[in-house]
Amino acid sequence: MSKLYSGAEIVFKCLEDQEVEFIFGYPGGAVLPIYDELKNHSSIKHILVRHEQGAGHAAEGYARSSGKPGIVLVTSGPGATNVVTALTDAYMDSVPLICISGQVPTHLIGTDAFQECDTTGITRPCTKHNWLVKDIKDLPKILHEAFEVATTGRPGPVLVDIPKDIQFAKTNYSKPKKIKKVNGKSHNKFTQNEINELINLISKAKKPMIYTGGGVINSGPKASEALREFVRLVGFPITSTLQGLGAFPGDDNQFIGMLGMHGTYEANNAMHDCDLLINIGARFDDRITGKIDEFSPKSKKVHIDIDPSSINKIIKVDLAIVGDVNEVLKSTIKKINQKQNGIKVSNKQKISKWWEQIQKWREKDSLGFINSDKTIKPQHAVQRLYELTKSQDTFITTEVGQHQMWAAQHYKFNKPNRWMTSGGLGTMGYGLPAAVGVQIAHPDKLVIDIAGEASVLMTMQEMSTAVQYNLPIKIFVLNNQYMGMVRQWQELLHEKNYSESYSEALPDFVKLAEAYGCKGIKASNPQELDEKIKEMIDHKGPVIFDCQVDPNENCFPMIPSGKPHNQMILGPNDKEENKITGKGKALV
Amino acid sequence: MANPKSAYSIPTKKGKPDTHIIVVWVDNEAGVLARVVGLFSGRGYNIESLAVAEIDAAKNISRITIVTTGTPQVIDQIKLQLKKLVPVHKVADFKREDKKVIFKEMALLKVVGKKKKIEKCLKACKTYNPVILDKSSKSVVIQITALRREIDKMSKKLKSLGLISTSRTGAIAMTRGADVFK
Repeated sequence: MSKLYSGAEIVFKCLEDQEVEFIFGYPGGAVLPIYDELKNHSSIKHILVRHEQGAGHAAEGYARSSGKPGIVLVTSGPGATNVVTALTDAYMDSVPLICISGQVPTHLIGTDAFQECDTTGITRPCTKHNWLVKDIKDLPKILHEAFEVATTGRPGPVLVDIPKDIQFAKTNYSKPKKIKKVNGKSHNKFTQNEINELINLISKAKKPMIYTGGGVINSGPKASEALREFVRLVGFPITSTLQGLGAFPGDDNQFIGMLGMHGTYEANNAMHDCDLLINIGARFDDRITGKIDEFSPKSKKVHIDIDPSSINKIIKVDLAIVGDVNEVLKSTIKKINQKQNGIKVSNKQKISKWWEQIQKWREKDSLGFINSDKTIKPQHAVQRLYELTKSQDTFITTEVGQHQMWAAQHYKFNKPNRWMTSGGLGTMGYGLPAAVGVQIAHPDKLVIDIAGEASVLMTMQEMSTAVQYNLPIKIFVLNNQYMGMVRQWQELLHEKNYSESYSEALPDFVKLAEAYGCKGIKASNPQELDEKIKEMIDHKGPVIFDCQVDPNENCFPMIPSGKPHNQMILGPNDKEENKITGKGKALV
Repeated sequence: MANPKSAYSIPTKKGKPDTHIIVVWVDNEAGVLARVVGLFSGRGYNIESLAVAEIDAAKNISRITIVTTGTPQVIDQIKLQLKKLVPVHKVADFKREDKKVIFKEMALLKVVGKKKKIEKCLKACKTYNPVILDKSSKSVVIQITALRREIDKMSKKLKSLGLISTSRTGAIAMTRGADVFK
């Protein structure tokens, strides 16, 4: 007989075999046996958060910035329900998470026991798959399968619910086997014909456009390299979704900015007018497409995605290639190089007119804003932050709202995995705990959460985690005292009825930082901004930076709802009368 | 007209909805039906009827048959989303008017009344393979197998003849000929 292990031991043996280094979690009654076992496994470090949602987002930040799955450990009942937001967030943005939750003992399931909830029922729609372990013999297999499901195909969160008696029960342990693909759910079976067809379309295009998304990031750093090679080879203009930023260098001339609701004028107009649209690892999200009927009406559309259900879900495409972005790009590049002469020369000439048109759109300078020497403009703050941090390898997380869009527009990313933001679910409060996770994965790198004062208060308690583990994260709060994006919509669409979007009684962020035991810095005018930012960067510990910005600034350009890409609202620079002066303030 | 205040785009023109029979082969494990049904309700797909039972005890496989309506795009999504579920092995999709596929539904009909009325009932059911499962002096329980719309018609017709209770299964499907769906 081989040795018998308890369920709790098996959890750790499995984590060790999967080379897990960090767990983000919070203890409680139903996971105590697992927490008891923690001391025997020195290769695994537990990060104690202050709220289970924080554990989830921290694990997301860890996963996004490192390419490894994030591990979450929570207790039953409220522990599990608190992590639901983070699981849903990870599901929407395809982040691999393995969440292990405790459950009441099997004989109490269904009796409304203390801290009991139907965890697998609640998390079924927000995970790729979940398991309730009812028999200790199934535990090793389930845990290994959980890693397999979370990290293969289109990645996503999974949950394993382990009742307390199962954590005590004993069985044999088996190492992970090379599992035969789960029900044949591997999706990397594109054909050479499809690649040939793609190349055929590429060689014919006069107004081509490449539109990339988070799938490139998820496909790994190699995919970003392949993308760069591919884009330079064909010479096409490239745009990216919010999640795809960094896959292609943001300061490269071929990159024409982010597209979508707050994308650049040139990117959105190019999307509308192009004759060939190559979607690489993006999903035609509604923040991207605008009005579906008038989405890129003149183009042939190609969609490269690992998830077959993404194809034709929203936009019908002419050529679908189901596969891993890296593999598809590599084989396309190979093919192009084989018949190099055909494409490389002729096509770049054919599209020179297209580039001229794009250049004209670029001259609009749609990200421009009217700067001020009295108040700090939020765009200016992000630009200064970028200029002062671009010399080092910086990781940026964000919360959700105006500041997120300004960060996406004005901070230029040159590498993948440097940009962590909640795109699909739009979770306010994501950035701070995500920064915790990023800093855990990259202890020596500069990690900044570009935040809004409303969002950051939703998960502010995680500052305590940052202080406990001495994680020098920088929380750069663009403080405009409003839920800025809500205020912007109310100004533009609801006759400036600023219903409940002003935050009265905001805390003093400098004192708050001091209360948490970290450093607080406040900047209230443009003259002191640079110096204060430098002070933040140079400080060795965590910092909360209260950047007092113009409360009335709006985020432009913008595609209003129900409008196609070529009907954008541009910023005040472009308007004859400057509509957006501080009138809103009087209404507060 | 579009609501100009919406933060979302307005619904665009839709294709014509069609009735499809979706057959799903799944691992017979706890929660699998909830996964399939939850996918339908969560994504706003429609379920007209549902039939499920284990079909292979050794391999632990259940077969779920779902009748649904949707535009071609929605039906495509249903199939692709179902295939993503971990316990799902394969998914078949048949159109209701497909001649190569047999669809059947079973109904139990309880009729209470005098002998004459009961006989009338049995006569009316004749084309739908009626089987008498229970009989007393003033009642009868009849089993019929037929298409959904035929059973609809029958239960309407028998109302006046003393039908007091109806119990129906969802539709199940099988291809004709020697081939099986792979």
